[in-house]
Amino acid sequence: MSDLTTRDGASAPDHGHGHGNGDVPADDLARPLYEGPGALPAADIPHRPRRSDFDPKAARRAERQVAGLFLLSMLMVVLFVVAYIAIDPQADIYIPVFGEIGYMNFALGLTFGLGVFCIGAGAIQWAKKLMPDVEVVQERHSLASTPHEDVETAEQYERGKEESGFAQYKVIRRTLIAALALFPIPLVVMLRDLWTPTDSAAGLSPAEQLSTTAWVEGMPIVTDGTYVKIRPEDIPVGGLVSALPEDIEEIQKAEHNLNARGKAAIILVRMEPDEIRAQQGDGWDYQGILAYSKICTHVGCPIALYEHRTHHLLCPCHQSTFDLADAGNVIFGPAARRMPQLPIGVNEEGFLVAKAPFAEPIGPSFWERG
Amino acid sequence: MKGLAARRRNPIVASMLLLVALLGVGGVYAVATSAAPAEAVATGDQTAIDEGKRLYLEGCSSCHGLNAQGTSNGPTLIGVGAAAVHFQVSTGRMPMAAPGAQAPTKPADYTEDEVAQMAAYIASLGPGPAIPTAEQLDYSDADIAEGGVLFRINCAQCHQAAGGGGALTDGKYAPSLMEATPQEIYEAMLTGPQNMPVFGDGTLQVEDKQAIIAYVMDLQQAPNPGGLSLGRLGPVSEGLFLWAGAMAAFVGLAVWIGIKAR
Repeated sequence: MSDLTTRDGASAPDHGHGHGNGDVPADDLARPLYEGPGALPAADIPHRPRRSDFDPKAARRAERQVAGLFLLSMLMVVLFVVAYIAIDPQADIYIPVFGEIGYMNFALGLTFGLGVFCIGAGAIQWAKKLMPDVEVVQERHSLASTPHEDVETAEQYERGKEESGFAQYKVIRRTLIAALALFPIPLVVMLRDLWTPTDSAAGLSPAEQLSTTAWVEGMPIVTDGTYVKIRPEDIPVGGLVSALPEDIEEIQKAEHNLNARGKAAIILVRMEPDEIRAQQGDGWDYQGILAYSKICTHVGCPIALYEHRTHHLLCPCHQSTFDLADAGNVIFGPAARRMPQLPIGVNEEGFLVAKAPFAEPIGPSFWERG
Repeated sequence: MKGLAARRRNPIVASMLLLVALLGVGGVYAVATSAAPAEAVATGDQTAIDEGKRLYLEGCSSCHGLNAQGTSNGPTLIGVGAAAVHFQVSTGRMPMAAPGAQAPTKPADYTEDEVAQMAAYIASLGPGPAIPTAEQLDYSDADIAEGGVLFRINCAQCHQAAGGGGALTDGKYAPSLMEATPQEIYEAMLTGPQNMPVFGDGTLQVEDKQAIIAYVMDLQQAPNPGGLSLGRLGPVSEGLFLWAGAMAAFVGLAVWIGIKAR
């Protein structure tokens, strides 16, 4: 509800008024004229006529501007259609600053954007230069309901109570309350899915699932992407390999998801053995090759942003930095835990394998882990 | 025929065959390994090594040491190989204009011949990766899609999925790959320049490297059909551009709408 008053006090047409006929209800008249800060008497605003108000030339110029903007919009729409028909969709065009870009997309975006923009700009220019120019004050009213409305609402509630017979039909009332109480049970029962998401992980609690990966003792390590087994001599000092357990593709096929891959992803890095200052377990490296989880312990971004001279592993998401030469400890950023290390060795065929599963859960913290 | 068959069962023939097979394998191996560095002949050339040493002492030794043993200002160059020298010097990264976190590219200070001479000298100090051959750099048969997969696994974490480059720690950064040549990409994977890790031929085999090169070359030629690429850095730069740029435009429009006409 708003009351509009022109600067000389006359009542202005008010289309937003709830009563429709423009009459001010008695309640509103009883209120003080100005409530709180922000309301100003219209008479305090000096009126400054626009050029177009007193200069017919300026008014005609404004008219031409508005019509010109609308004409420009029409032209742009025509150009849009022309561009759509005439331009080869594969063609590129060089635009300064933008560089080499798709000609058709550029033309369509520019013409359609300007077409819409010119309609809006014309309308604003019309309102600013030519439509009536009067200062008005919009008064603020209290948002509280009137005592009359309060009483009416209470009466309606009581009448509904009576007519429905909610108090009268005891059995209906009680069964309704019981039905509403049982209604959420399916939502709770379905939480059991958290325990048995797939056949192969049947019965594992959510915490157990988060705490275990596909890495087991003797599991060969293969490269990510090409899935070939890795020999220690394949990794030079300063080298980095993104790797997975050998059976990851079978697990993925069985589980129909990427959960196992997401948990088991590791990176292998190699440094001179005397550069390794600390590890998470004695002899967990193999001749300077270290295996660390690829999943950031902050919120689980996969990270392989490894600087081989500083041995820092940097997470691009939130800049957590781990020192892989110092047991994967956090040296910067929001991660609260070190990067879990996977103990590795070689099998009798000379391929790199995991010597044991991860000793601690990988990835971000979860409820049971604290 | 019968006589020949009888003679083939002779024990001497068996050992002769073995000897021939061994020589064959050894010969093929020798040819294959010596063919790898096409400039291996040049690298062995003593005058090139001497000239390379002279250039090294002039331009490199103040940081890398008189015997390339490394100093507190620069790492040792013994065993880095000719590929590292070619990558660093031909792209102008070395010699650095000033010590700093990053060695940026700049116009090369040396001619190709001089680079080859320095590469020969460094290669003579210890075994290291040789400059890749034209055959290794031939990516015409490579699988671009496979290269894209490998790029996203191995390279995108630093160079971004579209090769635009990105920030590392302490002022270091992974450079954009938009100007990189196949040889530079190959050498970078092979030698691990600055803080880039090494992607050895064992885990990223020659055809894998060729696929990655093919993907990067494809990226370099890919136009920007959507308009301003904003460094191809993805949603961060695009979001920032919209927030900073579009918001400023909206504020400007709002001011224009609100201002009283004269």
